[in-house]
Amino acid sequence: MQLFTFKGGIHPPHRKKQTENMPATKAKPPGVVYIPLLQHIGAPCVPVVSKGEYVKVGQKIGEAQGFVSIPVHSSVSGTVQALKEMPLQGGTKVLCVVIENDFKDELHESVVPKGDLTGLSREELVGIIKEAGIAGMGGAAFPTHVKLSPPEEKNVDVVVLNGAECEPYLTADHRLMLETPEDVIEGARAIMKALGISKAYIGIEDNKKDVLKGMTGEIMPDEDINIVLLKTKYPQGAEKQLIYACTGRMVPSGGLPMDVGVVVNNVATAAQIARTIKTGMPSIERITTVTGGAVNSPQNLIVRIGTLYSELIEECGGFKEEPAKVISGGPMMGLAQSSVQIPVTKGTSGILCLTKAEAKIPESENCIRCGRCFTVCPVNLQPLYISAHSLKYDYKKAEEYKAMDCIECGSCSFICPSKRPLLQSIRVAKREIIASRRKQNR
Amino acid sequence: MENKLTISSSPHIVSNTTTSHIMRDVIIALIPATLGALYFFRMGAVVVIVPAILAAVAAEAIFQKMSGRKVTVGDLSAVVTGLLLALHLPPNAPWWLTVVGSLFAIIVVKQLFGGIGHNFMNPALAARAVLLASWPVQMTSWVNPGADAVSSATPLGILSEQGKEAAMAAASLKDLFMGNVGGCVGETSVVLLLIGGAYLLYRGVITYIIPAYYMGTVAILTLLLGGFDFSYMLFHLFAGGLVIGAVFMATDYSTSPVTQKGQIVYAVGCGVLTTVIRLYGGYPEGVSYSIILMNVATPLIERYTTPKVFGEVAK
Ligand code: SF4
Ligand code: SF4
Repeated sequence: MQLFTFKGGIHPPHRKKQTENMPATKAKPPGVVYIPLLQHIGAPCVPVVSKGEYVKVGQKIGEAQGFVSIPVHSSVSGTVQALKEMPLQGGTKVLCVVIENDFKDELHESVVPKGDLTGLSREELVGIIKEAGIAGMGGAAFPTHVKLSPPEEKNVDVVVLNGAECEPYLTADHRLMLETPEDVIEGARAIMKALGISKAYIGIEDNKKDVLKGMTGEIMPDEDINIVLLKTKYPQGAEKQLIYACTGRMVPSGGLPMDVGVVVNNVATAAQIARTIKTGMPSIERITTVTGGAVNSPQNLIVRIGTLYSELIEECGGFKEEPAKVISGGPMMGLAQSSVQIPVTKGTSGILCLTKAEAKIPESENCIRCGRCFTVCPVNLQPLYISAHSLKYDYKKAEEYKAMDCIECGSCSFICPSKRPLLQSIRVAKREIIASRRKQNR
Repeated sequence: MENKLTISSSPHIVSNTTTSHIMRDVIIALIPATLGALYFFRMGAVVVIVPAILAAVAAEAIFQKMSGRKVTVGDLSAVVTGLLLALHLPPNAPWWLTVVGSLFAIIVVKQLFGGIGHNFMNPALAARAVLLASWPVQMTSWVNPGADAVSSATPLGILSEQGKEAAMAAASLKDLFMGNVGGCVGETSVVLLLIGGAYLLYRGVITYIIPAYYMGTVAILTLLLGGFDFSYMLFHLFAGGLVIGAVFMATDYSTSPVTQKGQIVYAVGCGVLTTVIRLYGGYPEGVSYSIILMNVATPLIERYTTPKVFGEVAK
């Protein structure tokens, strides 16, 4: 079978063995949940419950503000203990609704099936998706209804579902596609309907061949949903690289997928859409891979939004050795955390606890100009030069070398034999370039 | 535990390959040619190779210590420089000549420019050029392979002095290929160098581009200029330092372009210069000077061969 891919990329160790054969199991319901009122890119929501109020599963507790914003719902039934600020994955403090679980799991009245897909109009679908608080579950957490409402002038004709899961260690999407392929496919149909198009590609890396049978079995013979087997390579799941591998279309530099008629969604997002339509349940839980060498028994857990990392780690048998790093997401693009007392959000695809040995990054040395960073860059940048200019504070030069096109995949830093902080310095350059562009516009 | 967690930005894992791994691979790749040199030139080779490596490593360590920098001899690059220099010297070259060469390569060409990666000329080749200019007699006293070091001329030397027929009669293509001819310590055996080159390709240390375009250019030009004489073309490919130059010297990271297009321009440039110097220049051998010249042109080549980024074409 022909495998599709893009130029460049790296082959980090997969480290998926520990969890890829572990069925996703429901995590123990937590005694208290801390549900952040901002879990997506966009405006935060405002709380619509107050301290002491009784809330039920699926009840809206935060109302969206504006178009690029989505509501937030309770993942348990119980009493609101407090509204308090807590640091989240990115380190910024966000207002959270703290709810004490009464373990009764009482369903809110609003949680009712939305009917059959054929009976729903495009507008109704987009409305359901927005009201259910669905945001991209691959990590970036962009509100899904916004993606599904492209401006008139963009002729979107294809949706690409991202099932690549190219980050090492993570197996949440893998288990999802294996265990509930019907939700993924039904979600694809819903997205196609919402966009008024009839063509979909689902990109899956070839280290997950076991999901093919179930997934293709769900597709009707006359349906235009194509499963694309992708070469296992990082960053195969990066948006532009994925689009290129699946459709052969190249998103222009500085452009968006819509510019070439494509909308990309994660497979987990699609499955969530299908479930919401089927049961009416908004986005209140997700599969998260809890793994890494420092965890006793790694697992894929079905987790309620708002559960603390610490409780999930406890459920996986706790730490077998003191972790050097706890990462939200995968090791290539995830965010290092300063504490395990932070809640799971809609975008938490993994909780990765690395041992000292796993997290070790050797000291950086002189660049030997081996060119590896350049060979692996999926965007065809020359990281060594951007980085060198950035380290000399010459951000103009860094911009000339197209620093802004960097997708921050980290392949260059990974591969560099001298362990140069390439991506780190490119990030600095990007920040400075954006700042100076702003200044000029003023 | 809480405050012991490390915070740093992604990526959080890196590959195991380090600079010293790469240098170790280069050393491994040079082992066949080094063993060949010991076989062909006996003590003559030992007297060149051992002091060259020791002096290179010592020079790097002492210089870095004295200038208060981190000592980086652990990356093995000084070993590579010393060994490569040795392989480019005549067997029986006096030991002090070797030491002077290593000191010059490491201190002047490499360290004064900021250490590994910052030199703009290949240190071993630059040192060789300086030695050749300063001690021409010692640098061109050739011996025949074997135990009894009979002085001789190299095949390319015969070519430049006595012409094509004499040169091709002096050494069979088989001897050239095996390395059973006079020449620098490690440059004579094509087959052993190619084994090393294959290893470097296999390990991903180098790509085929520079060696292939370099040797290909020399092959095409000598075929054209030599009146379509196929064995004359092979003579040029096998004689002198072309193979060691194309595989081990022109591919030096610091001094060759990083872009693919740039590498092609650079390698073709090396090939043209080598052929021109060999056929029309005053020196019998043009490989070292060609590479040094192209080293100097590398920044310029890179400037004009910046690749398009993903999506730039679509605009
Ligand atoms: S420069 Fe940016 S896009 Fe290219 S490899 Fe590095 S992180 Fe990835
Ligand atoms: S990978 Fe590292 S050593 Fe190699 S060219 Fe890039 S920055 Fe330099």
